Amino acid sequence: MENVRIKARVIKSNIIMILSTLAALYGILFLGWILVSIIYHGYEYLNLDFFTQDPAPPGMPGGGLRMAFIGQFLITTIAAFIGTPIGIMAGIFLAEYGRGTWWAIFIRNLADIVISMPAIVIGAAVYVILVAPLHSFNGLSGSVALSILSLPYITIATDEMLKLVPKEMREAAYALGAYKHYVIKKVTMRAAKTGILTGVILGLARMAGEAAPLLFTSFNNDHTTFNLLKPMATLTITIFIYATGPYHEWHEQAWAAGFVLTLGVLAAVIIAKYLVHGGSFTAPFMYVARRMTKINKG
Amino acid sequence: MIELKDSGVYRSALPMKRNGKVGNALFKIAAFIAAALIPLVVIMVFVVLFIEAYPAIKTFGVWHFITSKSWDAVDNHFGAFTPLFGSIYVTLWAFIFAAPISIGVAIYITELAPHWLKPIVTTAIELLAAIPTVIYGMWGLFVLAPVMQNHVEPWILDHLATLPIIGFLFNGPGIGIDTLTTAVILSIMITPFMSSLIKDAFSLVPEVVKESAYGLGATRWEVIRKVVMPYVSSGIFGAGIFAIGRALGETMAVSFVNGNNHNPGSLLDMLSLLNSVTTITVTLADEFTEAMTHLYLSALFYLALILLTISFSTLAIAKLIVWRLERRWKT
Repeated sequence: MENVRIKARVIKSNIIMILSTLAALYGILFLGWILVSIIYHGYEYLNLDFFTQDPAPPGMPGGGLRMAFIGQFLITTIAAFIGTPIGIMAGIFLAEYGRGTWWAIFIRNLADIVISMPAIVIGAAVYVILVAPLHSFNGLSGSVALSILSLPYITIATDEMLKLVPKEMREAAYALGAYKHYVIKKVTMRAAKTGILTGVILGLARMAGEAAPLLFTSFNNDHTTFNLLKPMATLTITIFIYATGPYHEWHEQAWAAGFVLTLGVLAAVIIAKYLVHGGSFTAPFMYVARRMTKINKG
Repeated sequence: MIELKDSGVYRSALPMKRNGKVGNALFKIAAFIAAALIPLVVIMVFVVLFIEAYPAIKTFGVWHFITSKSWDAVDNHFGAFTPLFGSIYVTLWAFIFAAPISIGVAIYITELAPHWLKPIVTTAIELLAAIPTVIYGMWGLFVLAPVMQNHVEPWILDHLATLPIIGFLFNGPGIGIDTLTTAVILSIMITPFMSSLIKDAFSLVPEVVKESAYGLGATRWEVIRKVVMPYVSSGIFGAGIFAIGRALGETMAVSFVNGNNHNPGSLLDMLSLLNSVTTITVTLADEFTEAMTHLYLSALFYLALILLTISFSTLAIAKLIVWRLERRWKT
């Protein structure tokens, strides 16, 4: 009787372990499936024209997505220049100046919540502030929307990385008579450099792949433009519009744009992972989840 | 004789002197402003959406707006019930599909995978989490939806739609653009995300605690179910809440295969997985730039405000619950 019960427990355990293995296979199956279809459909349509030409008239073969590459680059770069310094400074404030104070705890908790703010809602709010008054969709508002999206991500990553720097290092610098901002710039930030860089790369990769906030801000443009106050095309929005459009050529170009975008984002993630062992795309969310578990409260 | 000015000691000390107290104060102020921007941005988003939504709030009220099914741009009458229901319903199914898979993946990575395979599976799952959501949407439209339409949904219509009690879940045209496909896409999107968070929580459990359970003769599953999971229950809870937050707010992965159907019929039809409804995000994405009247646009901002409120309060309440529980455990 006792033996049967043990056997039943072992069998139950083994069944669940087999199911877990199948779950892992299921996850990898979808990664493979998505990557293979993107490479298969996207690669064949890649050519030089795709990068150097503006689009052909709808439904006609040929042409490229030059405007989307330029727009994506401009919007993402400007968003990075807005979001990165603010995010890093906010992280410095939380970890270095506000440690233990109620407002730092409040801002940290708020960042934990804001990191899940629906992207499209940010787009709608930025529309009111930067698009409606100017009477035109514009690239700059797209950058602002994306930088708001990346802000909590970079803040949380910086905050957590600075917290890892041992107290003794700071104290050693203070003992030499250094000012606080000097200690932060020359000691703690240096010690946490790679970790913060990883957080920034991943934050930027995340926002580069996000289309929803751009829908109401930078919108779309069929022509190449460098004017930030004009509507500006991006890869993500182009994919959205082309894939749902009626023309076969558009679908092909959407696949090709998807191929380039995916490759870029995955390359950034792999570089970030190489920089810091275990630096992962979901890391800031992990910190937040960890903060919620009792063991790490310490 | 070497002047003190030229020596390395002096030069390295120079910036400290020059930046003195003023630099110190400036840096602190800059950091404070940057940190203060986070609450300011949140307040700004809420206020802006409220102001823009105000005409619609005044016209339709709160209760009437969220319970009314009519969405009529010609008649200028708008009700949020269909997109609100759709957002929550689609998220619910995505969560049901994703949760067991995510726990399975986390168990596999922490307990079962051979040493050499662990980093490979972990990386694969993380890459899946990093793929832009618009790619999920496009892939869903071009690859998954035809598979659902031609293979999966005909089978469901033949075999499950006739079941006695749950049959209503499977009544519908089954054309691949529906709640089921949307939920599957969303579940694929949140699974890697959720499983890395759960895996991370699992890895926080000290080996000694697990080994002592094995020492008592527990099986692998018993160790996970009775030792690991209770130990990090709040982390698993947090992972689930995050996944729900992401699924609720997701636009791009959903918009391609959702159908944006504002007239799904009766409540029973809306519950069917093979029917298409709409979500708040999809309604916004499809109609925002086409809204003709002021009231129409205002109603869309109202929808955005509702979505923001739901997402914000879900996470805030989750944090509060965990905080409360932990205080109770500590004392």
